[in-house]
Amino acid sequence: MKDLLLIAIKYSLVSNVVLSQFLGICPFLGVSKKTESSKGMGGAVIFVIVIASVITHGIYVTFLAASGPLCQALGLKDGLEYLNTIVFILVIAALVQFVEMFLKKNIPSLYESLGVYLPLITTNCAVLGVALNNVSYGYNLAESFVYGLGISVGFALALLLMAGIRENIIAGNDRIPHSFQGSPIVLVTACLMAIAFFGFGGLI
Amino acid sequence: MNKYLERIVNGIFKENPTFIIMLGMCPTLATTTSAMNGLGMGLSTLAVLMFSNLVISALRKVIPERMRLPGEIVVVASLVTIVQLLIQAYVPSIYEALGIYIPLIVVNCIILGRAESYALFNGPLLSFCDGLGMGLGFTFALVIIGSVRELIGSGSIFNFQIIPEAYHISIFVLAPGAFLVLAMLTAIQNKLRLPSATNGDAVQSEFVCSGNCMGCFSDCKTEAAKPIAKTAAAASAAVKPEVAKEELKVDHKEKEETV
Repeated sequence: MKDLLLIAIKYSLVSNVVLSQFLGICPFLGVSKKTESSKGMGGAVIFVIVIASVITHGIYVTFLAASGPLCQALGLKDGLEYLNTIVFILVIAALVQFVEMFLKKNIPSLYESLGVYLPLITTNCAVLGVALNNVSYGYNLAESFVYGLGISVGFALALLLMAGIRENIIAGNDRIPHSFQGSPIVLVTACLMAIAFFGFGGLI
Repeated sequence: MNKYLERIVNGIFKENPTFIIMLGMCPTLATTTSAMNGLGMGLSTLAVLMFSNLVISALRKVIPERMRLPGEIVVVASLVTIVQLLIQAYVPSIYEALGIYIPLIVVNCIILGRAESYALFNGPLLSFCDGLGMGLGFTFALVIIGSVRELIGSGSIFNFQIIPEAYHISIFVLAPGAFLVLAMLTAIQNKLRLPSATNGDAVQSEFVCSGNCMGCFSDCKTEAAKPIAKTAAAASAAVKPEVAKEELKVDHKEKEETV
């Protein structure tokens, strides 16, 4: 239990996925113009990463790992780990499509709020990053779940904070020097946020 | 000029993926802690980009329209796995330093972006040269950013010590430094009005996305079953989801204001 809590805190705050590992920079810079859309994106990312983390873990354990039933049955001593990247990216792409169809059909209210962001997530490197890290850190099912949750909550947190700052301070501010308007000031803000997140380092 | 040479020069200068089109920000920020890491990342991406363009262009008439994107992803992922295994075998130090960012080349928008916008419409050899040019441009940019960060942060370039330890500003090799260096770079581009996706003077390309890759994401995904729009404007108007469209409009307004 303590381990799981540590994983959750470590990856949501201390080594934040965006601000210290640079995964998912593109949506972080792209969807953070309005708090409303960043909420939707954050929710969709949490949803997809948690599911993807658990499912890719299951697939790794069953089909790809040297100790898994498939490799045991086929007598492959080295496992099929070299297929990790290919299998994971395809599973994630299919999963996102599936989640989209499922939500559209069964939970239309959730689809309304998350729907448009779902297709954008396939190529979000954080999703593939989580799947690959689960393998390289050797996490079990519960740890994979908590790791996915921690990473995605960290992402949503950074995204929401950035959207709040951009909406309230940056948008339409005349005091920003001319050459810093647009993306430079957003990157400077990200830099300051990254410094602030260093402060969580003492937590664990 | 020879059209093959023209593609290579175009990738390095006119449409440099990092400085001008601003694609693939994640590896740009994450792996430029030193010039050597930047070079390693750049060359790995170069290798994948060249051969993915070559293979996708060669297969462009064979892959059915509906399977285009999964097909491309499989090609890219296979190439990335090959490159990853080669690096692990021959340059273990770079493999250690880059870690997860090597398999993540799969989701680098430059690769799918070039496949979608160039390799699908041009012959294999020309696409190969385009990949070579884009890859060289990316490598060039990463080495420059890496050198700046390494010089200020740990006082050396390619591990060759220049500045004594007392004058190092080590935050430049940490996470915030990456954002700061990129902020300065885009600010200088704005100031000098250099062509860049950040100040609206960029070379018109299908994948200019003003410092974020959202444009490419939605294009790649939602256009799968539709013909590819030739210009950024047409593409965004035709297929982007509502919110992305709004964002883009705001973006254009902002750009106009800045200019």
